[in-house]
Amino acid sequence: MKLGGEQMSMASSSVSLKSGDGLADVFPAGLRVLVVDDDPTCLMILEKMLRNCLYEVTKCNRAEVALLLLRENKNGFDIVISDVHMPDMDGFKLLEHIGLEMDLPVIMMSADDSKNVVMKGVTHGACDYLIKPVRIEALRNIWQHVVRKRKHEWKDFEQSGSVEDGERQQKPPEDADYSSSANEGNWRSAKRRKDEEDEVEDRDDTSSLKKPRVVWSVELHQQFVAAVNQLGIDKAVPKKILELMNVPGLTRENVASHLQKYRLYLRRLSGSGHQGGLNNSFMGNPEAAFGSLNGLDLQALAAAGQLPAHSLATLQAATLGRSTNKSAISMPLADQRNVFSFETPKLRFGDGQQQQLNNSAKQVNLLHGIPTNMDSKQLANLHQSGQPFAGMNMQVNSHGGQSSSILMPMGQPPSRSQIVNESNGNQVSRLLSSAGQPMLSNGIGGGILTRSGVVDNVRGAAYHPVSQGSSMVDFSLSHSADLPYNSFPLGNNSGMSILTSKGVLHQEEANMEMKGSRGLVPSYDIFNELHQPKSQDWGLQNVGLTFDISQQANIHGTLDVPQSVLVQQGYSSSQKTMLNRNSSIGKTMFSAGEESGHLNTSNIGQQLHSFMADNSQRVKTETHTDATGQNGLYSEQFGQDDIISALFKQQEDIRQAENEFGFDGYHLDNLPA
Amino acid sequence: MERNQLHRQVANMRKSLFDQGFLDEQFIQLEELQDDANPNFVEEVVTLYYRDSTRLILNIEQALEKSPLDFTKLDSLMHQFKGSSSSIGAKKVKLECTQFKEYCKAANGEGCKRTFQQVKKEYGTLKKKIEVYFQVDGRRWLGGVAISGGIALRQWRRINIRRDGTGKGASSRSGVDWTGGIEVVRI
Repeated sequence: MKLGGEQMSMASSSVSLKSGDGLADVFPAGLRVLVVDDDPTCLMILEKMLRNCLYEVTKCNRAEVALLLLRENKNGFDIVISDVHMPDMDGFKLLEHIGLEMDLPVIMMSADDSKNVVMKGVTHGACDYLIKPVRIEALRNIWQHVVRKRKHEWKDFEQSGSVEDGERQQKPPEDADYSSSANEGNWRSAKRRKDEEDEVEDRDDTSSLKKPRVVWSVELHQQFVAAVNQLGIDKAVPKKILELMNVPGLTRENVASHLQKYRLYLRRLSGSGHQGGLNNSFMGNPEAAFGSLNGLDLQALAAAGQLPAHSLATLQAATLGRSTNKSAISMPLADQRNVFSFETPKLRFGDGQQQQLNNSAKQVNLLHGIPTNMDSKQLANLHQSGQPFAGMNMQVNSHGGQSSSILMPMGQPPSRSQIVNESNGNQVSRLLSSAGQPMLSNGIGGGILTRSGVVDNVRGAAYHPVSQGSSMVDFSLSHSADLPYNSFPLGNNSGMSILTSKGVLHQEEANMEMKGSRGLVPSYDIFNELHQPKSQDWGLQNVGLTFDISQQANIHGTLDVPQSVLVQQGYSSSQKTMLNRNSSIGKTMFSAGEESGHLNTSNIGQQLHSFMADNSQRVKTETHTDATGQNGLYSEQFGQDDIISALFKQQEDIRQAENEFGFDGYHLDNLPA
Repeated sequence: MERNQLHRQVANMRKSLFDQGFLDEQFIQLEELQDDANPNFVEEVVTLYYRDSTRLILNIEQALEKSPLDFTKLDSLMHQFKGSSSSIGAKKVKLECTQFKEYCKAANGEGCKRTFQQVKKEYGTLKKKIEVYFQVDGRRWLGGVAISGGIALRQWRRINIRRDGTGKGASSRSGVDWTGGIEVVRI
């Protein structure tokens, strides 16, 4: 009886939420839950509890079977609850697979309440961790994880009907897969990838297929992870991984696409971590997350955003060492909260963006929530680029150039110089962000590729949405803090940097895949239909350019593009656009953390330090400004393909450092504290 | 009168299970889950628990006979058992399981074996007590309400009770302290 009453209340509450989001009134009711537990007693109780919550329950006593169920019916579930200790497959492995293959919220549960196990769950991306015996009160609230996840995914798009919810969920996962594959292609060999990816693209249309031929079983994935770990995540190349795995029938492309997914997965995780960190410092985020974890304030984390938790988990998982150790700190919580608040703003922005999409320039601004100046400049640049090259330059300049020649070098020197001249101050700040983003984008990579790629990216974005949102916020915060210190006059509005960073991320993705250029075009269109032709030129140029260059160009363009892309994507699916935005945001977050690193490549340490320490920041900023000032450097940068690669590596390294060493984060944390 | 008496008896038995620390609030969770859709949910869950856990107990027993004890495996096995036990609110069993796991961590073979005996003891004790509780609880329904309509005769146990002729007759005898009720009921 009591249960009934409670449920009713829950339903009503959920209803209110949904009504806001356009969800069905009965929202929580009918939530499709997959419960995985090898213990029949627990399974029976959980099933009953979940049913009493009016959820639609599917129970499963084996993780392998659960994975099969999920693969067969990707859109068949809203959330997964899994035991940790299971004979056939460790719950964390299942969690990892679900994170990689379908972006579903996963709740871990175990009678083991030791901190390290809970931490492991979080680092692996669990959105919650329930201690057995599980109480129905805890289960009554699990729908919030679904809402939270979707919220980030849709946000801006259409706050359309509840009916679409299911579809949305479905799409994101697929998108993610796509993007990951696309990313892979981008990096190593766009051509090869394309050939193979054709299949993937086909999938895009249907958005049904994730894995072509090879089924990445747990064992296979473990082999893969082992090989990657052996090589080092930053040095892991498909070919080498393939050699290490030595699995007959497995092709380099299979490994490449899986590696791409895996990197995306890791980035997602680290990204979320970065988000938090951004608020105070890079490290800050991880700590925060950890802190929350330590405090077991999972809810708090969740509140902050699923991403944080995921990111934390990912951080640890990814690097492992990262876990860092960062004992739980009170700071984190605060950060998260901040993020939260920001998130909503972001969402709003997103909405605004959607609307803005109609008006590209305005939209951009809204999205960034940052200075329109940047956007306008960028837009102007884009427009100006009438010529493909010019466009490239423009974009580069606005974003890359601004961000600091570093990115620009990668892209087009000439444009950079111009850009630099035009918007050195602003650009510098932007450049920084963008620089960081490129790094991120590399990891994120490929999401944007082609328009279709865009969709993919979107998916990726969807995965990262939450984190991104928070990251956005963080970014601005961090930036603002940094800016003051930074000599950059731009000071540039933290918002500016943020925007750029976002754009960069998208750009990078686009670039990665060549497809990116396409994505750019759409974006252009969004901004200005006239630009479309230009954008196309862009793509061509980019293509011709080495990956790095294209990436750079894309990066620059991406800022605008992402937004525009989102809009365009909106066509295909508003959700996708949302995702893209999110992804871009999340990326920015990453880039922010990484930015310093990227820029630092030459000055990575400095930038990081600057973030870390105000003083150091100033120094770094100075260096950045110098770089921007030096137009000639750009050309050099271009030549520096190695630099790009180095940047990527650095990015990775940086990430690792942040996560594992807590290097940056620690500093930052300490400083803020 | 009999019905009220049975009611009181059941309530007392239940209360003593809690008071003596055999059960914890998780058991109440199960009781709250019981509804028209699953009128015997608690009993079904406990029955399932005892059916499934005999396998785990056996596994642990065998693992304890190995000469070099595999504490990792023991801990894992006991973890499963502990998870099940805690999910039905078997408080004392769970506590012993926790102790067992502690000994596993400390690689204390003797401690493990000794604690395992405790685990089995609590496990068995609870089984007896809770079975009696369910029987009396079932009879309460039999004698009080359901017997007339025969609707409540869903459970074999209840049916058995009636076959044994313990229906109304036993109810008076079961007025004894529930701890002694085992014999009474099983006459």
